[in-house]
Amino acid sequence: MRRAQLLGGVALVVVLALLPFSALTVPGVLPGAFASPGTLQLLAICLVFAALALSYDLLFGFTGLLSFGHALYFAVGVYATTIALSVWHWAPVPAVLLALGCGLVLSALAGAVSLRVRGIAFAMVTLAFAQAGSVLVVQDPLRVTGGEQGLGLNVSRLPDALVGVVNTRNVYWLALALAVVVYLVVGLTTTSAAGHVWAAIRENEQRIAVLGVRTYTFKLLAFVTGSTLATLCGVVYVLLVGGATADVTTPEFTLALLVMVVLGGSGVRWGALLGGFAYTLLDQRLGALAGSDTVAALPAVARVPLSQPLFILGVLFVLVVLFLPGGVASLVRPGGRPAGKRVRLPTRKRARA
Amino acid sequence: MSTVVVLAVTGLGLGALYFLIASGLSLIFGLMRVLNFAHGAVLGVGAYLGWWASVHVGGPATARMLVAVAAGTVGSAVLAAVVELLLVRPLYEREVAQVLVTVGLALAIVALLSGIWGTDPKVYPVPSWMTDTSSVAGALIPHGRVVTVLVGLAVLGLFVLFLRRTRYGLVVRAGVENRAMVTALGIDVRRAFTLVFTLGGAAAGLAGALAGVYFGSVTPGLGSSLLIYAFIVVVIGGLGSVPGSALAAAVVGLVQQFTNYYAASGIGDLSVVLLLAVVLLVRPQGLLGRAL
Repeated sequence: MRRAQLLGGVALVVVLALLPFSALTVPGVLPGAFASPGTLQLLAICLVFAALALSYDLLFGFTGLLSFGHALYFAVGVYATTIALSVWHWAPVPAVLLALGCGLVLSALAGAVSLRVRGIAFAMVTLAFAQAGSVLVVQDPLRVTGGEQGLGLNVSRLPDALVGVVNTRNVYWLALALAVVVYLVVGLTTTSAAGHVWAAIRENEQRIAVLGVRTYTFKLLAFVTGSTLATLCGVVYVLLVGGATADVTTPEFTLALLVMVVLGGSGVRWGALLGGFAYTLLDQRLGALAGSDTVAALPAVARVPLSQPLFILGVLFVLVVLFLPGGVASLVRPGGRPAGKRVRLPTRKRARA
Repeated sequence: MSTVVVLAVTGLGLGALYFLIASGLSLIFGLMRVLNFAHGAVLGVGAYLGWWASVHVGGPATARMLVAVAAGTVGSAVLAAVVELLLVRPLYEREVAQVLVTVGLALAIVALLSGIWGTDPKVYPVPSWMTDTSSVAGALIPHGRVVTVLVGLAVLGLFVLFLRRTRYGLVVRAGVENRAMVTALGIDVRRAFTLVFTLGGAAAGLAGALAGVYFGSVTPGLGSSLLIYAFIVVVIGGLGSVPGSALAAAVVGLVQQFTNYYAASGIGDLSVVLLLAVVLLVRPQGLLGRAL
């Protein structure tokens, strides 16, 4: 079974990697043939958000930490890279290292403070940190972030292979590599000894604390790992879209990540990836549907809601929470963890069967 | 001196808006352990219904404003009640799922508002006596600010009366204290849930219409920007405590106005966040809340 999964995963990555050579079209879903730059750009954004959703799932689904501040660490990657490259004219490698370092240090500091409280209070402190970051970026007291206007990426120091419409497929491969890396890192960490403690914290933190485990340290480890992965996603995102905008700092953006993870299925790696991918694709492409003649011909009662991608996504999300608590992943694997419901640990389940 | 008075009144006016949103959130969380992300969207619906009603009635600006406030309050109360009955109730005792449903609802409602009325600001009917000023201690105070503060105080009074003097208020207070015990005594605490959601919705709708008057116009994003600060107010005040929300709302409104003026624009918002972090670390249950 595991072997079949592994083969399936490898086959999927190979197919995705070969897409830039395909002239196939999927009318209605994609703007053009797979090989066209527009489609590759769209798919690359979907892959980055899929990876980001998975990094959020490390906290939410695997460790049970409900954070409303994940956008902050993604934004650190986005803004640190852009500022280092465009304002300070650094070389690409130091810029990326700086961004990752910032993400690591900031998440360690913010995590150390916010993890002193639990549950909803934790969610609120992370929200507060993210809000502070958002205010800093938008109000821009240091005159570096460009405020609401955002900041364009100066591509002169970047390698030529990553610049220009012709090279969109290289950036697409980079995004694919990012998704694979995040998938592997999350897989390795969640199946490690620390990963088992994370799962135990999710199920019953008090119990694992009584056993003498310092849960604070393990939660901090999860927080820093997930957040730094988000920073990495931010770095790739900037190379992809060529600039930073304040949208990625908002708390609404973190809520979108939560929606992605729950839609796909929390606590299941490919579920979070699928959720992030599908959400982004729908968000980008439902707008095209709204502009189509079919929708324009509808009466206002149906046309107005259908012209709003977020309305459709919001309703879809409510329906999934109500009727499919484990997300899409639970359709395939009935043992998927339903959102918001404590389930037995796998070992105990096996013991009862 | 006059600047201080103006800033204080403006800060308290903003605090009154925060309180109207936070009081409902706080009661809903205290009783049901649901962090209601749809509260901002409910507020937005109230604000837009109020605007819509005011456009469709004639008469003097004062009458139109009163119609807007009434329509917003009633509309939001009805919406909140429907949300509780249809969406939150089926997920009873699944608290994360309840939060998630309100998140989805918030997305959908805000998108629907932009779809129906567009994203441009809608100008609210504000009678001229609201924008006129009076001199208080050398400062020119717009009457509208004072009215907002008075409405906030009136709602605080009504909430306290409801909680302390009525039977349902007793059930709500007991439910906040120990829900399982209230249920064990044979009281259907779920009716209190619907009631609390409806009252919170009414306060949010009132806040939406008042915010329209206060800022002069409304946009679909109005609710979500106010909601973040309302969350901060709720946590600082103590989850489940209405007087705590009132106190925290006043503090947050004042801190925000004064630091935004004397330091730099944006620092006020940062200092509110800092205040939250300090309160949570020093006194995790909030100013007037009980230990969770």
